[in-house]
Amino acid sequence: MRKPVKTELEELLRNGPVVVNLGVREFAESLQDQGVEVVHVDWAPPAGGDTEMAELLDKLL
Amino acid sequence: MATGYTIKRNQYLDSVFLMQVAKRLSEEAGIEQVAALMGTEKNKGLLVGMGFEDAEILSAGPNDLIIVLKGKSPSAVNAILDNVDAWLLRKPSSISESVSRTMDEALVRQPHANLAVISVPGEYAPSEARRALERGLNVFLFSGNVLAEDELSLKQYARERGLIVMGPDCGTAIIAGVGVGFSNVVRPGPIGVIGAMGTGLQEFSTLVHQGGSGISHAIGTGSGDLSDAIGGISTLSALEALEADPKTKVIALLSKPPGAKTLTLLVERLNRCSKAVIACFLGIRKYPSEMDIAFTTAHTLDEAAALATQMATGKPVVRRGIGSQELQELVARERGGMAPEQKYLRGIFAGGTFCYQAQQLMRDAGLVVYSNAPLDGMLGLADPLRSVAHTLVDMGTDMFTQGRPHPMIDPTLRRERILAEANDPQVAILLLDFILGYNASPDPVGDLVEIIAKAKRTVSQRGGFLSVAASVCGTEGDPQDLQQQIRTLEEAGVVVLPSSAQAALFSGMLALSLQV
Repeated sequence: MRKPVKTELEELLRNGPVVVNLGVREFAESLQDQGVEVVHVDWAPPAGGDTEMAELLDKLL
Repeated sequence: MATGYTIKRNQYLDSVFLMQVAKRLSEEAGIEQVAALMGTEKNKGLLVGMGFEDAEILSAGPNDLIIVLKGKSPSAVNAILDNVDAWLLRKPSSISESVSRTMDEALVRQPHANLAVISVPGEYAPSEARRALERGLNVFLFSGNVLAEDELSLKQYARERGLIVMGPDCGTAIIAGVGVGFSNVVRPGPIGVIGAMGTGLQEFSTLVHQGGSGISHAIGTGSGDLSDAIGGISTLSALEALEADPKTKVIALLSKPPGAKTLTLLVERLNRCSKAVIACFLGIRKYPSEMDIAFTTAHTLDEAAALATQMATGKPVVRRGIGSQELQELVARERGGMAPEQKYLRGIFAGGTFCYQAQQLMRDAGLVVYSNAPLDGMLGLADPLRSVAHTLVDMGTDMFTQGRPHPMIDPTLRRERILAEANDPQVAILLLDFILGYNASPDPVGDLVEIIAKAKRTVSQRGGFLSVAASVCGTEGDPQDLQQQIRTLEEAGVVVLPSSAQAALFSGMLALSLQV
C-alpha cells in the first residue's frame, strides 16, 4: 500500500515533473527530449514591458 | 570601422536564444562586435557603453529587440542588417507544437502540471513565480536579480501550501530522474541531495554516479536560501520531502556556510532527521564548539559524494583519483620546463562552486589566493578583469554575465581571459573546469582547446612551460561525449583529474612547489 502523499512537493517527487516552461526555450526542449510532458509559454513582458501597467494588471487578474 | 543597428518592435526573444544569434553573427566575416538585446533600461545602458546612443535605440522598450553591429566595412554590417530576419529564425523543434501565450493557457493544455520552470528576466520573475504558486505549481526559478524580500515572500507563500521554490538563481535539479536546467544524466538511486550551489549539485551527482550509486532527487534551493534573510525555507521543505520519499535512503546537503541563526536551526533539524545525513558546507572553518552535531560532515564535494555512496551501498568506496606519489611525480614533470619567473596559478572557472571549493583547498594548503568571489579569509581582487599573484576567477558572476550568457554556454570571455593570463610571464599554471550535461555548451572542451594550445605556445615561445590542469564534470550518458572531451584535453597536453577538487589540489601543490 502506498503511503498517502502529504504535500504538492512530495507529489512532484513521487510522480515526476509535468512542466510549464516560461522563458528559455532550450529548457523545455531538454525536458521534452527526456520524455517529460511540457508546455512552453512563449513569454513576453506583460503590458508591453510597462511595469506599472503590469503590476496593475497583476492586481486585477 | 563601420557600425549599424536595427530595432524589431514587439519581437521578444529570450536571452539564451539572442546570445546564440549574437555568437553566430560575431563569427561572420568582417564583423567585430555584436549585441542582440531586448530594450530594457539595463541593456540600453550596456549599448550606450558600446557607443550606441541613438535616440531611436534609447526609445526602445523591453519588448523591442535591438541588434547592434560593429564591423570592418559598411558592406559587412549591411549584409547582415539587410537580412536580419533570417538570422532570427529558430531551428525547427518539436516544442513548437506545444507553445502557449500565457501560463493560464498552458494550464488548460496541461492541467496536471506540477512544476513551473521560470527563466524570464529578474524584474518579472516574482510575479510569474507567484502566479505559478497560486495555481498550485512548484517553481524552479532560474531567473536571478530577484530581491531578497521577494524571495522570502515567495518561499513563505510556497511553504504554507506544501510547495517549493527552487531558486531564485537555481540552475540545477533532478526530479525523479528528470534533469531540469543544467544537469547531468545520472543513474537513479537512493541518494537525495539538496544544494544551494548549482555546479555543486552537478559535481556531487556525477561523482555519485561514477562511484556506482545513484540519485533519487537533486533539489536546488538557490544560493541565498541558507542566508539569515531567508532562513533556509526551501532547504527545510526539501529535507522534509526527501525524508518522506520512499526512494531516498541517504540525504546530502551542499551549501556555502549558512547564516549563523540558520545554521543553528538547520543543525537542530538535521540532528533529528530520520535518514542518514551528510552535510558539506564549503568554506566553513569549524562548527561552533557548543553545537552538537549528530550527522556526518564532509569537507569537499568529493568527500560528500564518497560518504553518501558508501552509506547508500554499504560498501567502502574506492575513490577515483591519483595517489600522492603519482601526484608528486606529476608535479615534478609539469614544473620541469618552467622558466624561473613562472610562479603563479590562475584558475578561470565556469562553475562558481568550483572556484569556491578550490579556494577552500588552497587555503588549507597555505596558499594565499585572490578572487573576485573570495572565500572568507581570502583576498578580494581589486579589478576582476586583472589577475594578480595567485588568482581564481569565477567567470559566472554578475559582472561577467551582464548582457551575455553564462560561461557554461558562451566561452568568449574565458577564451580572452586564458590568453591574457598566458601573456603574463609570471604565470605557471592554468586551472580550468568543463561542465557537461543538458543545456551546457554542446562541446565545452572544443570551445577552448585551440585557445589552450595557443596559450601553451605563447609561453613556450618565451622559453617557459604552461601547465594546464582541468576537470570535466559529466557522465557517459550526457549529450556531450565525456570520454572524447577528456581525450581532446589530454591530446592538448592538459592534465585531466577526476574531480574539480583534485584538479585544484594538484595545481595548488604545483604552485606551492614553485614557491620554494
